[in-house]
Amino acid sequence: MNTEAGSLSLPPGTSAIASWSRIQPSRGWAAFNFKELWQYRELAYFLAWRDVKVRYKQTLIGVSWVLLQPLTMMSAFWLLFGRITPMPLENVPYPLYILVALIPWQFFSRVISESTNSLITDQRLITRVYFPRLVVPIATALTASVDFGLAMCLVAFLMIWFGIVPGVALGLLPVAILLMMAASLGVGAWLSALNVEYRDVMHAIPFLVQFWFFVTPVLYGTSLLPDSWRWIFSLNPMTIVVETFRWSLLGTAPTDFYISATSATIAVFSLFSGLMWFRRRESSFVDSLGGGA
Amino acid sequence: MGDVAIRAEGLGKQYRIGERQKYKALRDTLTDALYVPLRKARSLFGGSNCDRVAETTIWALKDVSFEIIQGEVVGVIGRNGAGKSTLLKILSRITEPTRGFVDVCGRVGSLLEVGTGFHPELTGRENVYLNGSIIGMRKGEIDRKFDEIVAFAEIEQFLDTPIKFYSSGMYMRLAFSVAAHLEPEILLVDEVLAVGDAVFQKKCLGKIGDVAKSGRTVVFVSHNLAAIRSICQKCIVLEKGELALSGNANHCVDYHLSGTFKSTNGSSVVFSNPSKQRLRMRAAAIICNESPSTRALMGDTMAISVKFASDMPIRRPQLGFTVSNQEGISILHGSNRYQPSPEFDTAVTEGEIRCDLGMVPLSAGQYSITLYFGDQGEDTHVVKDALYFEVLEKDVWGCGKIHPSNVSSLWWPTNFRFYASNPPQNG
Repeated sequence: MNTEAGSLSLPPGTSAIASWSRIQPSRGWAAFNFKELWQYRELAYFLAWRDVKVRYKQTLIGVSWVLLQPLTMMSAFWLLFGRITPMPLENVPYPLYILVALIPWQFFSRVISESTNSLITDQRLITRVYFPRLVVPIATALTASVDFGLAMCLVAFLMIWFGIVPGVALGLLPVAILLMMAASLGVGAWLSALNVEYRDVMHAIPFLVQFWFFVTPVLYGTSLLPDSWRWIFSLNPMTIVVETFRWSLLGTAPTDFYISATSATIAVFSLFSGLMWFRRRESSFVDSLGGGA
Repeated sequence: MGDVAIRAEGLGKQYRIGERQKYKALRDTLTDALYVPLRKARSLFGGSNCDRVAETTIWALKDVSFEIIQGEVVGVIGRNGAGKSTLLKILSRITEPTRGFVDVCGRVGSLLEVGTGFHPELTGRENVYLNGSIIGMRKGEIDRKFDEIVAFAEIEQFLDTPIKFYSSGMYMRLAFSVAAHLEPEILLVDEVLAVGDAVFQKKCLGKIGDVAKSGRTVVFVSHNLAAIRSICQKCIVLEKGELALSGNANHCVDYHLSGTFKSTNGSSVVFSNPSKQRLRMRAAAIICNESPSTRALMGDTMAISVKFASDMPIRRPQLGFTVSNQEGISILHGSNRYQPSPEFDTAVTEGEIRCDLGMVPLSAGQYSITLYFGDQGEDTHVVKDALYFEVLEKDVWGCGKIHPSNVSSLWWPTNFRFYASNPPQNG
């Protein structure tokens, strides 16, 4: 460094002796750079903060939408399924039974559909400034986490209302949340990276989400499934998430070990494979998106 | 001093320019997956498909190697498409090189596109934080520099107004201000000086100077050769993706200016005819004071001369031109389509057109001429920035003062007359 280095207000984290870095073509399956990602954590925070701030601008009821969405869906399903085809639900009020599963589901569906488009909507950023591109889908997940947090308050309120006290299984809630994040981010990373090159993904997303909803035990429990169908549900990473949410909060019986183990493994696998794939495609994003003038 | 800040070795960037590049649909990949093995098999058996590949790819940068010493201000110059922007994109890690590598020492900040990530719904204050973090500042750093940023942008009283209500000037000032306060070890600047008013431009140049003085490295891409001369010590000249020259800034700028006229005697350009236009220019030249030249003094008379060829005999070819200043803004135009013009007595297939511009009221600076050539119906041959010339300062009126060149690109030869409002008392 120059002799005047002392007088420069260098940012925290950058040492006075600047480090060398090499810019070169990346080949094959490059290692994932968690250190760099961590350095850019504030950017993820600011992008999420922007989305939260902007989303409910010029709306009449503002943030209430966050609670209104799960509430309306819950009521609709409750009226449809709770009244017409009453199911034996282990002494849990059906609205709550749905809601507790609906909230992680909505997190998942929001993260995968929004992160799919995120690289396209933040195209201007990506083609003009360097940062680990994964920050963009992570920011989408952070934004969804804000909604998730608020919706969980609603769950707490309803639990008090119905007088439900969670048991020791409540300790599993963090695990459920982590699995939810892993599955969402993993699938989100896969789809967003694919969408940069193949815009087909964008068009397939609504169908994918709808289909995925029906193979996720939100409106029903896995215990109600015929044995021959179980393997399908064990392949769905959201099965373990939804079931663990119910188990920890409402004290319903846990799903059998085979489904839980497979589903959890797939959730973790989707995270790692998603990140690897994203990393591999990352370098060609700008060339695919077009530099712009 | 003496330490290397940037070292590039054999840097190359290849772009595909096929139609498929932009939006690849899954279908294409599937069909490719079917055809590629076939194609490969075919090429194995002698059929060459290499031409196809060559057609659809271009090297935006080719085997570029250079070193930049810490604390240097280095200008990158070259004509449009020479690879200047690609080089900056690689240095700022936005895109990866196809070949070679660059070693950079320290944090790289760029002013490639100021205002990146500004959100119209957010206030000025919020955008400072958002934009700051996008270009790589920490929150603590933004907190510390916040007042400075706002003061530099001169938007104190609009801090809490959503920036969708800002004027474009305020928007640009705020955007540049955030970027200028990044304080990286290596700063990349691309043409930002083309925006904002003259006063603000001066401020920006000053800021870049400050950055340089504090011992940091600046890489500065600009068409503003005067600015390059004044703030850069060294330069890199790119030509068609390759490094043509590097070294002393003045030397490089001179080389660049003369290089554009290399084909004949330095004052004219010869056009090849790759697109096989039915009506085309063969050569063009600038004539100052009746001799071919690329330099004129203020107040000199100038002319443009164009030699043309046509497949069909033609009686009245059309020549249009625009003169652009160094920011690329067109400031003058003329064409014999919109004014009385002579015609050939008998139709010709080759000839020359001369357009006398007379005394051109251009201020000192660099200018380029874009030529439009065709017939009554359409322009068949357009060459952007075909000719370059420089106007040098001159005391046109012999009164010891010179029209300033930083006010506008044109000065106007006018007559002043004075009339006293109160008639003189003692006649």
